[in-house]
Amino acid sequence: MQIDLNGEARATGARTLAALIEEQGFDAASVATALNGNFVPAPARAAALLHEGAKVEVLAPMQGG
Amino acid sequence: MFYNTDLTSRLMLGTARYPSPAVLKQAIVASGAEVITVSLRREGAQGTAFRELLAESGCRLLPNTAGCYSAREAVTTAQMARELLGTSWIKLEVIGDPDTLQPDPFGLVEAARILCAEGFEVFPYTTEDIVVGERLIEAGCKVLMPWGAPIGTGQGLRNIEGLRSMRAHFSDVPLVIDAGIGAPSQAAMAMEMGFDAVLLNTAVANALDPVAMAAAFARAVEAGRQAHVAGLMPRRDMATPSTPVFGMAELA
Repeated sequence: MQIDLNGEARATGARTLAALIEEQGFDAASVATALNGNFVPAPARAAALLHEGAKVEVLAPMQGG
Repeated sequence: MFYNTDLTSRLMLGTARYPSPAVLKQAIVASGAEVITVSLRREGAQGTAFRELLAESGCRLLPNTAGCYSAREAVTTAQMARELLGTSWIKLEVIGDPDTLQPDPFGLVEAARILCAEGFEVFPYTTEDIVVGERLIEAGCKVLMPWGAPIGTGQGLRNIEGLRSMRAHFSDVPLVIDAGIGAPSQAAMAMEMGFDAVLLNTAVANALDPVAMAAAFARAVEAGRQAHVAGLMPRRDMATPSTPVFGMAELA
């Protein structure tokens, strides 16, 4: 299915957020995730189902003021 | 001082816009800061190196919600930051205007209420507006961070009298001047006025020599604090001779 990952269109075979994180090569412990604008805690990623057009954000600490 | 955390240094430092990670690292050391701010952004190639730099700094992290224009975005960002960084501290920014980066007081209070209820320790980036400050305290904030001037402008304390009123009004609330500081003299002035700390980024990061400037700010903040504790003399309109008149010779 097609989803939006960090602002870019992606085709994925993953059905859950946890599977997507693994599929895309993120270090699961070093990122925080949101699905459609809602925070998804790490333990809840395996139960968070993706759908066509889902908007996923995978964030990490970066430089900031 | 801040949510039952005592700090030795009253200078908090931002981590953005340095010429290189190495300079950032040295600037943190030179500033003596114990609290540094970070943002949350899309994970990219530089992520691991920055995480290591943060860990090596030994500083307490204050994640921000920079760039959020709604309470909802800010709340989600805060939730993500708490999980990722293992801290309940959040520098809450809800921006209302892209040109001045002025806080949106309505969104700010709304987000503060939600986050305080969820157990966050909120550091709200606000204006010197006393009523907004009161609403933030009611929402559960135990620190307020009024701006000196718009972020990144280096204009210093743009509304000195307003900030003075705010300091007097919130005599028991820790107040941090956040944003707009461009020179060590401005940071010293904020401290002389009795503010509890100063948070800055661009003034150090964009200096010709950020490491030396970080050291200069450290001294200015210390001097300003010491001056506040020592008690400044009252201002006068007319001159008063410091040298005694008694014993003056008649030579005219």
